[in-house]
Amino acid sequence: MSVRDSILQNVRNNQPSPRELPAIPTFHSEQSVDLKTRFTEALKELAGEVVTEPPADFDLFLRKRFPDAKTICSAVPEYSGNKKPEDFSRWSDAGAIDVTIVRSPLGVAETGSVLLSDEEFRVNTIGFLAHDIVILLDPAEIVENIHDAYVHPHFRDKAYSLLMSGPSGSADIGGITVHPAQGVMTLTVIFWPRAQSNTT
Amino acid sequence: MTVVDQAKNAAEFLNDRTHEEHLDRLMWMLRTRRDEAASRVAEWEQLRDLASAIKEHTLSNLAHYLEMFESRAQANGVTVHWAQDAHEHNQIVYQLLSDRKVDLLIKSKSMLTEECDTRPFLETRGIRVCETDLGERIQQLDDEPPSHIVGPAWHKTTQDVANLFARVYGSDKEKADAVYLAGVMRKNTRPLIEQAKAGMTGANFAVAETGAVVTVTNEGNADLSGNVPELRICSVGLEKIIPKNEHLAVFIRLLTRSATGNSITQYTSHFRAPRQNGEMHIILVDNGRSSRLGMEKFWRSLKCIRCAACMNTCPVYRRSGGLSYGATYMGPIGIIMMPTFDVRRYSELPFSSTLNGSCSNVCPVKIDIHEQIYGWREVMEEKHQIKFLKKEAMIVAGKVLSDPRLYRIAASSAEPSLKLLPRFAIYNHLNAWGWHRDIPQPAKETFHDWYRKHRSEGAGQEIGS
Repeated sequence: MSVRDSILQNVRNNQPSPRELPAIPTFHSEQSVDLKTRFTEALKELAGEVVTEPPADFDLFLRKRFPDAKTICSAVPEYSGNKKPEDFSRWSDAGAIDVTIVRSPLGVAETGSVLLSDEEFRVNTIGFLAHDIVILLDPAEIVENIHDAYVHPHFRDKAYSLLMSGPSGSADIGGITVHPAQGVMTLTVIFWPRAQSNTT
Repeated sequence: MTVVDQAKNAAEFLNDRTHEEHLDRLMWMLRTRRDEAASRVAEWEQLRDLASAIKEHTLSNLAHYLEMFESRAQANGVTVHWAQDAHEHNQIVYQLLSDRKVDLLIKSKSMLTEECDTRPFLETRGIRVCETDLGERIQQLDDEPPSHIVGPAWHKTTQDVANLFARVYGSDKEKADAVYLAGVMRKNTRPLIEQAKAGMTGANFAVAETGAVVTVTNEGNADLSGNVPELRICSVGLEKIIPKNEHLAVFIRLLTRSATGNSITQYTSHFRAPRQNGEMHIILVDNGRSSRLGMEKFWRSLKCIRCAACMNTCPVYRRSGGLSYGATYMGPIGIIMMPTFDVRRYSELPFSSTLNGSCSNVCPVKIDIHEQIYGWREVMEEKHQIKFLKKEAMIVAGKVLSDPRLYRIAASSAEPSLKLLPRFAIYNHLNAWGWHRDIPQPAKETFHDWYRKHRSEGAGQEIGS
């Protein structure tokens, strides 16, 4: 008998009598929820920042916010940057990126999370090896809670999908979260409706 | 293997007040933060009920969900392996790496690979392993196992880490500052992450309907380990399977709030298929889990989602440190899991508990932890694994507590005895209670005496009059 079959047989022999699978409610709030505010507050708890509207001059915004940045990798049509994800065909080279710009198709108000996947990143490592990340999010695409989030098709279809909820941090020394850790040092979400695409 | 003497190990930890106070304060802060986080979610108790029910359903249909997970993962282009025990698991990992001539592996934190001793297995065969989780890396550099399943180095003070990094990396010993030290780690570990040809992660959950492995980290190190190299290996304990994404939502809402009080970790990552130009292997590991499933009293410990809330709240864990358990899993959850691996070696662990039930009260999947601890004490008694002195003490206590006359004599003689007896007669090696604390001063009057006096004073009065 193969190892697989032997394990499965042992599981079958030992598993307890069948229990019911409960239905999962959506847990939506009875009062109307200001999703943008809740999202902003939740993201702030994990040291992420929200910019509430698209900057008039995005280039100037980036230069002010990241004055030392030289390599800006853009995965969005709204801004060209000086690198594309495909320039990092060897994925481990993405450590050369100062700022990554990417668009998320979904925000979660409960936790301040944004959904990203291999579709948005194109080269996944641009999301972790870069020094900083800027994420564009249409506020109309913010859902109330994690239950809503998991309805998104990315979780069924994409090779890799991620709920990102702040810059990389660690509480492993002393129990208080500090930055830096191994991933991005800062995370900024800009509320930027999809229709308002001011290509630079 | 010798029996782990947790009480003796804890005594050594208690000799150093700095570490005892540091750990106790940190654990209680986490417990307090957990309470605050739970109180902000109106449906918290409902979520705990759901989480428990989902896990019990899955475990009672585990073979079905394992097969579903396997077939979905294979359809996604993933190679699925099965390992009966730790050795088989390690051999599979080694074979995958050596076949591809990998000499450096980056790893995110995984308690399963700790359970399997994977790192030493690979290192003795010439493969360098770099832990990417800060706490796990600290423990690796200090040649110590994790002392906590969420924060492996939480027993260490910031100064301890500063000393360690000064020794290993030549950083400034005087800078006992977490931000500085995290920067030192980043500077020294990032080059290894970029060089590695293979990455390894554990799994917090494995979703049967999608075949995805889900990891939860603050640092994004599972994402780095799973995306930077082309070869990705995920080790998954059989009990990590859950049916669908809608069920995953329940656990994601509970896990981090229970662990640290945050609403979520910075990275909740779903690995469903190999990365571009890469390959992905999942190893489904039994290592005693299928047998535990058949233990009527103890199978529910398989519901554990490794949040460590039970450890943070446990008065014994908080004051004895995780290393004192001499085990992969420590604290209340460790007490009920470790004897399933080796009943003799861990025969003393079930006695490292006050049975106050706090662990069960905070468990997000409602494991009856303190009842299982009691159950393991019964097992140790049946298997004659209780030390002579402890057994004799319990026999005496049993006799006294079951006989009202003997009990009253014992209770009323405590106060005068403690007053009259010399200190050496009270605090000797037979009195384990008194090794690290003073005996509490007994009341001047026993409850029985008090009750008899007040009952006779109030005799004849109707209740409520």
